[in-house]
Amino acid sequence: MLKYLVRRLLISVPTLLIISIVIFLLLNLAPNDPMAQVPLTIPPEVKEKMREALGLGQPLYVQYAKWLVQFMWVEPQVYLDHVLGTTMSEGQQRIFSWQTRSPVMDIIVQRLPQTLWVVGMAYVVGVLIALPIGIYSAYKQYSVFDQVGTFVTMIGYSVPPFFSGVFVIILFSVQLGWFPSVYDTLHEVVDWETFKFQLRQMIMPVMVLALQVTAQISRFMRSSMLDNLNQDYVRTARAKGLSEWTVVAVHVVRNSMIPVVTVIALNLPSIFGGAIITEQVFKVNGIGQQLIIAIYANDLPTVQTITFMFAVLIVVFSLIADILYGILDPRIRYD
Amino acid sequence: MTDASTHQLKTNPRSKWLDVWREFRNHKGAVAGAIIFFGIVLLVLVGPFLWPFEPNSIDIRNRNQGPSLLHPLGTDQLGRDTMARIMTGGRTSISVGLAAMLLSLSLGTAIGILSGYFKKLDGILMRFTDLFLSLPLLPLLLVMMLLFREPLSGTFGPEKGMFILIVVSIGVTSWMPTARIVRGDVLAIKEREFILAARSIGGTDAKIIFRHILPNVFSPIMVSATLGIANAIITESALSFLGLGFPPDFPTWGRLLNDAVEFIQLHPERVFWPGLAISLTVLSINYLGDGLRDALDPRIRGR
Repeated sequence: MLKYLVRRLLISVPTLLIISIVIFLLLNLAPNDPMAQVPLTIPPEVKEKMREALGLGQPLYVQYAKWLVQFMWVEPQVYLDHVLGTTMSEGQQRIFSWQTRSPVMDIIVQRLPQTLWVVGMAYVVGVLIALPIGIYSAYKQYSVFDQVGTFVTMIGYSVPPFFSGVFVIILFSVQLGWFPSVYDTLHEVVDWETFKFQLRQMIMPVMVLALQVTAQISRFMRSSMLDNLNQDYVRTARAKGLSEWTVVAVHVVRNSMIPVVTVIALNLPSIFGGAIITEQVFKVNGIGQQLIIAIYANDLPTVQTITFMFAVLIVVFSLIADILYGILDPRIRYD
Repeated sequence: MTDASTHQLKTNPRSKWLDVWREFRNHKGAVAGAIIFFGIVLLVLVGPFLWPFEPNSIDIRNRNQGPSLLHPLGTDQLGRDTMARIMTGGRTSISVGLAAMLLSLSLGTAIGILSGYFKKLDGILMRFTDLFLSLPLLPLLLVMMLLFREPLSGTFGPEKGMFILIVVSIGVTSWMPTARIVRGDVLAIKEREFILAARSIGGTDAKIIFRHILPNVFSPIMVSATLGIANAIITESALSFLGLGFPPDFPTWGRLLNDAVEFIQLHPERVFWPGLAISLTVLSINYLGDGLRDALDPRIRGR
């Protein structure tokens, strides 16, 4: 296990490096000029200097190496300084956004909590709804509950968030006026009233994201349960005279959870991708929205950094999924 | 089946596809999905020829109308008929879906077969697939849209250039699941006796692949195809919705939805039609794919 773990960790380093190169090359080799928006009255030699100030005069590999050092070395130091109060990163160049002229990481740190709240909450809610639905509809296969459940998950699977989001806005904020349609980020929770407001403004984005999570996970849970329900050990458990509850909840569910847990871990990064759209619909100013803004503004350092952070998330969670699988299922041997 | 044939010698031999068709017909959801999907395709193909309104003809006097006999789905802020725009938009959305699916399917099948059949290529191609699976696809798609829009629009014209860009970007970012499934199947089929027989009579690799392996991995490819269309339609709509897809005056379902969101307070019903079109199409394709999967693989029926 340990050997496998180390090997997996070692493989993910070159994977991340290659991904960072791919992202970097895609952004930098594309026909695109950050100086395109600069007024024509600026003389060419000034333009050249501005280009150099952005670090664009150097060869590509120098630019890449600098960005990598800033991302992997300087930014963690800044973070440590912030936590420990040291001054390791003093005087070192950080990744700066072209658009706001401030460090990209500071923007991300400002925006991350909103995304994490909405996405994290949606994921938890989605999984909590999905598991019972999946379990029960597999247990009562072909029952009315199963048919309805399958249909609802199919809808959750098929209706894109930019429609379900807009649809709930029409229904609940325009027609019924129950919830605000725009997420107010400046809102602070200090007492019961503000907490209720926070809850009300989070309900819609969380529900829209959770619907997608529910659809995927409950489908998976159902088919995993069906795989296990017909196995011999279930018959043995029933023959021993165990109660139906023990058979299903203890024996079958525990075994069926093994692949589901890994899927839960694997799907988490893709939810961040879905959050890009949901944030846009509900005007939540999380990192997804920042990415869109940066893309529109041609702000390459920000786009590069956020995209790479998504990649890191994907790699880390697929690592976690693999490890979890090994821990949960002793039949899996890695050597 | 051999038992049955000794008893009833008169009946014709059952072909695999007849069995699949029989099984598919029993899946009510799949049949309904197929009917709805082909209905939508027929509507967007034939509809614009029969419909009296042009999707882009502006009639400013009749703007912002609700549903009426003349305009069953109403008109938009420039008086353009929504029904006509939905049908024309559907043409684009569905053809993007089909083209992107074909591209991703051919890529996925080629990579899957190569890595399953040739042991030397397996390691490198599967690492390549893993790498693609670790890429953050939606952000990269957005970036690709932004960066390559202008040069391609310049070369091929705004609509054609965008079509090529969207199809290619969706195609190259969605082939991985197909490649993995095909590889798995090829690995199993490769060890079977009929491949050995084909090789022993002197069949070349190319012949074995096209004659014996490709027809046997056809079922997973077909299932991937349906899911691929659904995925491509959703991705295209998402890009258009974020404003990074087709140009504004060119209707697609995602674009229409995006345009309608601006009027959400005044005319909420306008959001409904393109959204419904996308959802219904994707839903019917998913049901179709589900039924196809069940029909093609008897082991997983009812899952």
